[in-house]
Amino acid sequence: MTGQAPAASGDVLIRVDNLVKHFPVRTAGFINRTVGQVQAVDGVSLAIPRGTTLGLVGETGSGKSTLARCIAGLIPATSGTVHFEGRDITNLPRQRMAPFRRNIQMIFQDPYGSLNPRRRVGAIIGDPFAVHKTVPADERKRKVQDLMERVGLNPEHYNRFPAEFSGGQRQRIGVARALALRPKLIICDEPVSALDVSIQAQVLNLLADLQREYGLTYLFIAHDLEVVRHVSTSVTVMYLGKIAEAGPKNPVYDTPRHPYTAALLSAALAADPEAAAARQRIILTGDIPSPIDPPSGCRFHPRCPKAQELCGRQEPPLEVKAGDAATHLAACHFPVTAGEKLATASRRARP
Amino acid sequence: MSITDLERQAQQAENAPVHAIEGRSQWSLTRQRLRRDKVAMASLAVIVIMVLLAIFAPAFAVLVHHPANAAYPITGENSAGQPVGPGTNGFWLGTDDTGRDLMVRVFYGARISLFVGIVTTAIATVAGVTIGMIAGYFGGIIDTILARVTDAVLAFPYVVLALALAVVFGPSLTIVIAVISFFSWAGIARIVRGQTLSLKEKEYIEAARSIGAGPLRIMFIDILPNLLAPVLVLATLYIPSAVVFESTLSFLGLGIQPPTASWGSMLSAAQPFYQTAWWFVVFPALALLITTLAFNLLGDGIRDAMDPTTERLVAARRRKGPRGSPSRSRNDDLDLIIAGDAK
Amino acid sequence: MALLEVEDLTVSFPTADGVVKAVRGVSFRVEPGQTLGIVGESGSGKTVLTQTLIGLTPGADINGKAVFDGTDLLQLSEAQLRRIRGARISVIFQDPLTSLHPLYRVGWQIAEMVRAHEASASRKEARDRAVDLLGRVGIPRPEQRVHDYPHQFSGGMRQRAMIAMALALAPKMIIADEPTTALDATVQAQILDLLLQLQEESDTALIMITHDLGVVADIADDVMVMYAGRAAEKGTKHQIFYESHHPYTKGLLESIPNSSVAADRLRPIPGQPPSLINLPAGCKFHPRCGYVLDRCVCAEPELVRIDAVADHGSACWLPAEAAGVGASAEKLREQAVREGRRGAAVEVAEAIAASPEVA
Repeated sequence: MTGQAPAASGDVLIRVDNLVKHFPVRTAGFINRTVGQVQAVDGVSLAIPRGTTLGLVGETGSGKSTLARCIAGLIPATSGTVHFEGRDITNLPRQRMAPFRRNIQMIFQDPYGSLNPRRRVGAIIGDPFAVHKTVPADERKRKVQDLMERVGLNPEHYNRFPAEFSGGQRQRIGVARALALRPKLIICDEPVSALDVSIQAQVLNLLADLQREYGLTYLFIAHDLEVVRHVSTSVTVMYLGKIAEAGPKNPVYDTPRHPYTAALLSAALAADPEAAAARQRIILTGDIPSPIDPPSGCRFHPRCPKAQELCGRQEPPLEVKAGDAATHLAACHFPVTAGEKLATASRRARP
Repeated sequence: MSITDLERQAQQAENAPVHAIEGRSQWSLTRQRLRRDKVAMASLAVIVIMVLLAIFAPAFAVLVHHPANAAYPITGENSAGQPVGPGTNGFWLGTDDTGRDLMVRVFYGARISLFVGIVTTAIATVAGVTIGMIAGYFGGIIDTILARVTDAVLAFPYVVLALALAVVFGPSLTIVIAVISFFSWAGIARIVRGQTLSLKEKEYIEAARSIGAGPLRIMFIDILPNLLAPVLVLATLYIPSAVVFESTLSFLGLGIQPPTASWGSMLSAAQPFYQTAWWFVVFPALALLITTLAFNLLGDGIRDAMDPTTERLVAARRRKGPRGSPSRSRNDDLDLIIAGDAK
Repeated sequence: MALLEVEDLTVSFPTADGVVKAVRGVSFRVEPGQTLGIVGESGSGKTVLTQTLIGLTPGADINGKAVFDGTDLLQLSEAQLRRIRGARISVIFQDPLTSLHPLYRVGWQIAEMVRAHEASASRKEARDRAVDLLGRVGIPRPEQRVHDYPHQFSGGMRQRAMIAMALALAPKMIIADEPTTALDATVQAQILDLLLQLQEESDTALIMITHDLGVVADIADDVMVMYAGRAAEKGTKHQIFYESHHPYTKGLLESIPNSSVAADRLRPIPGQPPSLINLPAGCKFHPRCGYVLDRCVCAEPELVRIDAVADHGSACWLPAEAAGVGASAEKLREQAVREGRRGAAVEVAEAIAASPEVA
């Protein structure tokens, strides 16, 4: 199954096969020499059925944002393919990408950085109309105000600047802009991680409503596991440019097979003191290695509590583990079995 | 206050866009800070007066009945054929070597100086911004070529080129403007390139690309408005150097030709007279000094006013008591603190 | 006796746009060896509050008292404060990359910190202390890593180095301002564990400022929830999470996605936090509150004790018995709303109901 996207059945909207993105590392100087490659994304395959949400989880250096930008066509892929509704859209030039661009939109992480501070909100939201000329200029204002209303902004604020809005309102502006062309796929790159908790929930609810209303498909990138669990249909966990585990959300959350998934889940902090005290935590040693020189074999093996000699030698394939559904894949030689205790540290009881 | 009033207030607070610290447009903040800057405002006044004098120079000429290029060998020169001093025979600032009214000529000189300063700066700014933005946005080989050309221009000895051009085409206002523009755009291009490089990395540029905007649209709609502030400061500082540049060329005889009045050529003509007719040297020099100084100070003022780290507080109000030590009235600290809560 | 006792602290900043009322009358105490979690969203004043304690709010108007170990911090001169900062109270910031000087070796920075406060320490002693400290915070091969520059450290290691620096002079209290916000989940778990372990070893008091209720649930003993520059609710961790009284605390807890509640929709707090320049009348939370009463619109409630046994305080007009997440508490709240909501509050409630987040 390696290199094959899971869940090939059903109406797949977007399909990524064996996608690779390496960034050359050059020496700074008069003559630039390439001295290495940042292996940001290294052979990732996934497929998202229409109308569902794929949650993409990973920490710094996992390559999740790079993957999203390759899919959105913002940066060229080194190799591999991206198919949208069955058509190959990998590395298309800008003009030929335009019809797909309307269908693939993005929401960005930083509600402050993703809106041009010198432009008025109405112009920002109306930008897609101006670029794609889908709406005549005299109707744009009305259309933009409809969008503003839809995402919960006051349409009278059409002429304001982004600085006059709070973080949550700005993220709504970003949502309205992404929605303008009625896309089929929206790539959400950490859309709520810069927002306050109470505002986070507002934006998540808005995204859920829009999905229902317009039948949207989401690729939802986040590092917050509870948020991903809430929004996703299925989940893909990435570690250092590769998929560690993928599958429908409940099996992945309830019976994680990859020790990294298990560690990530155990490290998530619940806002519940008793649960926090009771939780057996897997404290991983060390930090995430550099993607310039990733570990041999399984990339997780230097931090893995279950690592054996084989793990450093041979890369584990992404496959179905014994007892799992055909859609639940993990890349591990020694998968975690149900009920297995991996905890290397338990929270000391405090008086 | 009745309950309904309070309620309305509450509603307004709810519906109003959050009036954050940075809630107002940068331009209005800049204007406000600039208005409080006494030096900058005085400089602006000087520039406005200078511009008015230049515009109404012919009116002054009529007022004192001394056309700019008319020589007055009888009233304007003493018996030895030397210029007369200020206040003599109706010449408020005296006369020059051929008995012309110095005041009228200084005002006419302002026309040339300001015209050359503003026109060359405008040309250099348009060229510099275009080239710098293209180099910065596209990068790669385009950037390398443009950057080398910029460096070459900056390294070129401009007087040599001006001399060569003046010899070939004959000195004229057009040549002056061409030479000054040619040597001014490179500095602007270099700074604009740097700014563009950093703006290019902003997430909103990526957002523009994600909706399918092309390079031209991104450059003109997303990048250019963000360049205006630094370019405005730069342009204000380029005007005085263009004014000095023009005077230098005219002084060397490569620029504006007699009998047209220009501060540079007047200074040049005044050289033999600095012991006998001080006014002939001092007034054109003073005009040059005041004008360039005013532009420089105004430019500095605008730059300070645009810098968000200066003067966020109404006044660096020192707290009474032991904590009012000046070492802690650094405003960037406060910015950090105010911004600290906003993730 | 409490290690730190803050009384009625008020901090405001005069700006060109008006006076920013960052902190408005906050009182709290920190006991030795205990952890106080201060929770709040952007603009709640939680950072300004602690910055003020250590004299990092220049240009601010400060009123109130903050007695630390017998001295009022707010009355100290800059020189006196400098002696306290780092030595007796140390601070860990969110972003270790900006807090460490990029051009000096990590070990040198720690050693210099030691030497700045202990004139008697020799260069060699200070260096050895730095090695020892880096080892204590779990940096492998500390004797080699002291020679590294900050950019050679990963994010987690930099935060460890910051903690080492904070511990260098065995302070009585550490203020940690969002120390793990910039870190990944697995690294965050390591750092929180390290903080707890070190705190237990040295009996240091810890003030943990965070927006993340998960962090507070994990390591705090007492919790103070801040909203618009004030303490909305204050109590033990158990009280805040399981017997919360203030609707803001309740709203915060409910708006977090939670796997145990298999709800399709989250229950966010509607609206936006208020501007600190232009605060609403009455209770500052009332324009977003689902339990708004008439008096909330015009009068701001003080933080009062709502618990006879333990020190649990809440600044809310709802009856003291209406604390907790259970059905009986909810019934009390609804009853209070029925009785206390007439002209003024009804319209606020309708506005909230009409807002898109709740619809």
